[in-house]
Amino acid sequence: MIVLEGRNLTKHFTAARGRWGRRPPVRAVEDVSLALRAGRVSALVGESGCGKSTVARLLAQVYPATSGDVLLRGEVVRAHRGAAFRSYRRQVQLIFQDPFASLNPFHRVRYHLARPLRVHGHAKSDAHERELVAELLERVSLTPVDQFMDKLPHELSGGQRQRVAIARALAVRPVALIADEPVSMLDVSIRLGVLRLLEKLADESGLALLYITHDIASARYFAEDITVMYAGRLVESGPAEALTQAARHPYTRLLLESAPDPDRVTPRERQRHGEPPSLADPPGGCRFHPRCPVALPVCSTTVPGRTELGDGRWTHCWEAAGD
Amino acid sequence: MNVLEVRGLGVDYQSATGAVHAVADVTLDLRRGEILGLAGESGSGKSTLANAVARLLRPPAAITSGSVLYRRRDGTEADVLALGPKQLRAFRWKELAVVFQSAMNSLNPVATIGSQIDDVLRIHAPDLSRKARAARAAELLQRVGINADRLRGYPHELSGGMRQRAAIAIALALNPEIIIMDEPTTALDVVVQRDILHEIGALREEYGFAVVFITHDLSLLMEISDRIAVMYAGRVVEVGTARALRTAPRHPYTEGLLRSFPRLRGPREELLGIPGTPPDLRSPPPGCAFHPRCRHAFDGCADERPALLPVPGGEVACRLNEGAGADTAAREAS
Repeated sequence: MIVLEGRNLTKHFTAARGRWGRRPPVRAVEDVSLALRAGRVSALVGESGCGKSTVARLLAQVYPATSGDVLLRGEVVRAHRGAAFRSYRRQVQLIFQDPFASLNPFHRVRYHLARPLRVHGHAKSDAHERELVAELLERVSLTPVDQFMDKLPHELSGGQRQRVAIARALAVRPVALIADEPVSMLDVSIRLGVLRLLEKLADESGLALLYITHDIASARYFAEDITVMYAGRLVESGPAEALTQAARHPYTRLLLESAPDPDRVTPRERQRHGEPPSLADPPGGCRFHPRCPVALPVCSTTVPGRTELGDGRWTHCWEAAGD
Repeated sequence: MNVLEVRGLGVDYQSATGAVHAVADVTLDLRRGEILGLAGESGSGKSTLANAVARLLRPPAAITSGSVLYRRRDGTEADVLALGPKQLRAFRWKELAVVFQSAMNSLNPVATIGSQIDDVLRIHAPDLSRKARAARAAELLQRVGINADRLRGYPHELSGGMRQRAAIAIALALNPEIIIMDEPTTALDVVVQRDILHEIGALREEYGFAVVFITHDLSLLMEISDRIAVMYAGRVVEVGTARALRTAPRHPYTEGLLRSFPRLRGPREELLGIPGTPPDLRSPPPGCAFHPRCRHAFDGCADERPALLPVPGGEVACRLNEGAGADTAAREAS
């Protein structure tokens, strides 16, 4: 069942008129469609600046899309402020990258978890509130509960803080959870536990989870399907295993080849791959064509449409379209 | 053979509640021309160790014990910890250069790239003429893959990857014997990171400098290093060739790290991870600091701290391996 969906989302950021006149808009996200299903972890993978966080914020209604729609259980929502926004936030929650910045250093864990319970009207009494907070801590494995309830953020490690952030997101009983690089600031030995927790929550509570990351290897392990994004556009999508083992789009292949891999046997080739384009002035046609090893003449003029590859896989690539 | 020998190095951070032993009793060799990977989680002391070797520590950090010996190609030696201000100035850049994670932000925003390379050359190689310096600066930029016309460009005109390359170019300016790279690519995207790693490998082959490459990313180290030292709670727990660590990690911590990160190829093996959290260095666990998280820990682990002992292919500080070390020593002796 599709819980949360983005259809043809586009976001252009316009800069204020500056001293040198109007600057061109930054085309951060262009024509992105994405569906999150209940009980399923989907990954959105891309490098920094590719627009993956913008997609997260569009889905969370942090700001309105330039065009395109966000659908919650099949209904178009526009809820950017007031009661509509609050009711939307009860269903769709965000988790951010930096657990050191997302918790108020002056408040105890109990406060962070009790607040959403109160604001969204889930707690009936003080005793009930305490009970719910304890239950939340238990769900994110911060036990013994009594010990963690009265801790301040600085008394917790990075992984524990991120668990508190996850518990806070769960407090409102959302149906969809958007995790924007939830483990990239954590130590390697801690990451696994937090990812397992997210996986378990999706599985047990039927949450629809969007796992946004730059690390395609972790997406292989924790997501059922992966969507790859480059310079504001989607380039490829499919089941995690199929996509990482036989990528179709040249950018996905470059991403896979570049990821650190101790098992690599191929000799080091010396080739410079360039860098992603500026989104204020993106290249025409396929945005990857200036770096693409197999670019065709058509790639620089026309944006490639979606080519279905079967088994739930698709890509935006002229080379694939030609076969 | 060794270009740098660290012996029993200890670094403390003085705090109100007593001294924190950020680096304790570290003994490590850097061989000429090798890439030595230094792996560890945040707080394991890897950056403190690097800064101690480069003499960059400031209070409240202080070196409390040990020695650092630098061996030049001509056979002379220098005690790095005893260098005076003038000698230190000659030692840095010419013999040892450092590239930081934030190197791309350490460039002066109001000076051109060219003038910043020129600064290093002017101060440390005063016998070069202005023309020779300009030519050298252009050459350096090209070596790291930046077009020479960028010499007149400002840092903000370059992308993060290009700025990091420029920082590497400055480190190379005086052909140092050792370059310490502290998370040089962590802030960069994987594709850019890959290109820069290729560049570092190629430059090393050309110039023959040794690299200490510090990162928390063990999978990256496995690929680029000759040898790897793994640090935990301020101590080196295992040293070995990259191959030995990958195929047969001996310390349970190394093994845990190796089985913590997902792999892209091959079967999806189960990830073990490491339970618990890294220790608080203000009150580290007694005995082996890793024992509360170790799945192989036994009673003796909490009583006595294991020493770093030789094993085939490296050294390891774990009581599970104490027998193995004795065997090798016996074999080598016979």
